[in-house]
Amino acid sequence: MINENSEVILSVRDLHATVDGTEILKGVNLEVKAGEIHAIMGLNGSGKSTFSKVLAGHPDYEMTGGEIKFKGADIAELEPHERATAGIFLAFQYPLEIPGVSNRDFLRVAFNAHRKSQGEEEMDVFDFDDLIEEKLDVVKMDAAFLDRSVNEGFSGGEKKRNEILQMALLEPTLSILDETDSGLDIDALKTVAGGVNQLANPGNAVVMITHYQRLLNYIVPDYVHVMADGRIITTGGKELAERLESEGYEDIMAEHKAEVAV
Amino acid sequence: MAIQVPNSETATQPTKREQREAYLKSLLSTAQANVPDTLAFADLRAKAEAIVNEHTFPSNRDEDWRFTDLSPMLAVPFQAAESPAEIDMGALGPVQMPEAIARIVLVNGQYNATLSDVDKLPTGVVVGSLASLKDGALGETLTARLATSNGGHEVFTALNTAGFQDAAVVYVPRNQVVEQPIQVVYLSVARGEPIIASPRCLVIAESGSAVTVVEDFFGAHDRDHCNNSVTEVWADDNAQVTHVRLQREGAGTFHIGKTAITQGRDSRYTMIPVTLGARLSRHNLEVYQNGPQTDTNLYGLTAIAQSQLADTHSLIAMNHPHGTADQLHKAIIDDSAHAVFNGRVWVPRDAQLTNASQLNRNLLLSGKARVDTKPELDIVADNVKCAHGATVSQLDANEVFYLQSRGIDAEAAQRLLIYGFAMDVVDRIPIPSLKQLLTDTVTQRSS
Repeated sequence: MINENSEVILSVRDLHATVDGTEILKGVNLEVKAGEIHAIMGLNGSGKSTFSKVLAGHPDYEMTGGEIKFKGADIAELEPHERATAGIFLAFQYPLEIPGVSNRDFLRVAFNAHRKSQGEEEMDVFDFDDLIEEKLDVVKMDAAFLDRSVNEGFSGGEKKRNEILQMALLEPTLSILDETDSGLDIDALKTVAGGVNQLANPGNAVVMITHYQRLLNYIVPDYVHVMADGRIITTGGKELAERLESEGYEDIMAEHKAEVAV
Repeated sequence: MAIQVPNSETATQPTKREQREAYLKSLLSTAQANVPDTLAFADLRAKAEAIVNEHTFPSNRDEDWRFTDLSPMLAVPFQAAESPAEIDMGALGPVQMPEAIARIVLVNGQYNATLSDVDKLPTGVVVGSLASLKDGALGETLTARLATSNGGHEVFTALNTAGFQDAAVVYVPRNQVVEQPIQVVYLSVARGEPIIASPRCLVIAESGSAVTVVEDFFGAHDRDHCNNSVTEVWADDNAQVTHVRLQREGAGTFHIGKTAITQGRDSRYTMIPVTLGARLSRHNLEVYQNGPQTDTNLYGLTAIAQSQLADTHSLIAMNHPHGTADQLHKAIIDDSAHAVFNGRVWVPRDAQLTNASQLNRNLLLSGKARVDTKPELDIVADNVKCAHGATVSQLDANEVFYLQSRGIDAEAAQRLLIYGFAMDVVDRIPIPSLKQLLTDTVTQRSS
């Protein structure tokens, strides 16, 4: 939902970043306002996933230039957990398994870390159990998932639903969904997309990273950006994604190559 | 391949050997110095003394001691253990276990009646000191079993048998079920001189009985000290024994402990050995399945830091058909600590249709931490299932980042991962207060 007057949540200017000394991001610009849903599309190796990890503060990715502002504040120096408690959420492409730690404990520790950062008291076990049971509905998860180790033995679809459950619980201002749709069957995709749609509201924003147009049939973006060689080379509406789907990336990349080369 | 040994070393070796022989002799006479007349057991002691005299003090050249260097002990002139006259209940503070129905306390290997609490037991169940029980109704039952477990030829076991000053006894008669755990506490108390103590314990669970025993080796001091302990456990036919062994000795302690378990047919034995303390510790854990369809479960946890060394040597002898053995041993190793695991499973020809699995998992928290692991499966029987494995890993940076990205700071994220690593052992402890204690101890180590 585009509203010119709403608050700028994320402002990225000329962002450069390297991994192991290789430059992957070569000047990314992006502005996201409250209420908006953005999709970033691109081929493998275009820098999409790197972009999401740099935003979340992954230590393997070094920001070498530009700026990232979140709700007006520069976050370049913030630790990953500080970005998270400030309201940035990254749904992982490959959610990690944490053997021996129950999903319930993990969710409670994460939730209470957010409460503490806001100066609020930690929520006790019983109140938390009530809260999390409510949130399970968002992703149609069975309560039995809470007592299994985090993501251990989960199917691909269950892992992605678990990511959205965390998003529902932590209520981030900015959600970055890194290929949340990849590897999902159509039922799981509908569930995940339904969850995201339910959580999107005029006060928050979603950035979806994907290389399949299919997701955008279920979560309709306000903006579609195409990323290539570490830059956003063009931006359009939903129709841009449709064009990518029918024509492929080559033509669009060729059209914008001249601009990029400058 | 020919190995050239430099002449100088060849020349000095006899001297070192002589030194180790002399040291063992002095340990023997020290350990025997305060044997009370009431526990003379002349035959038993003489036999043990003869075994010790056949040995030299182990060095790294002995296969059994390859990774565990005992030579720092040689520098310590240990004295015989004498219990301090006065000891107040305060010393027991950290080992209080509210769930326990009885507690017997040995201080430096000697029974302490003041600290013990053995009056609330069900009829027929006896917890007490060997010295006070051996002339009573149980006397014959106890002496018939004392020091008869397999493995008594091992040098430190024989050293204990030659010199133990008393023993904690836990006796559960036929078909008796003890619901609440029985606690055996070995308190190490420092005196002026470093001492060697020989704590001993005898657990007899008769046919059809069930009991949970918690052994707690506890020392609050960091002085030079040596605890050379032996625990014999009998789980008779169809008995069920759950056994927690907690080793949290002081930072200057050499802890050498033997646990020998003899299982009758259809018996079930589960042990959770937890190693947290001591400067150097060695746990010799031996299970002998002495009848068909016995079930053995060993779930160990070692968590060490600084320059600690913790060595677990286990043996499961599956001597009969239809036996099962499930072993998981996990170690969390920080700083420049060193963990050793040697797990032997012996499946002779008679042990057909048995099922054994063994897994040793190690988590290194520092670049200087070290682990030596050696699973040893000896299988002669041809119709068995046996699996074993060993892993060594570090905290996964991506797992830490995943937790951080949910708002959990790096330190708390590491603690949570260590907690996750330890939990599948800690969760098996059926005693809530102990489970909490271990959860806290293990997660506090990661800072």
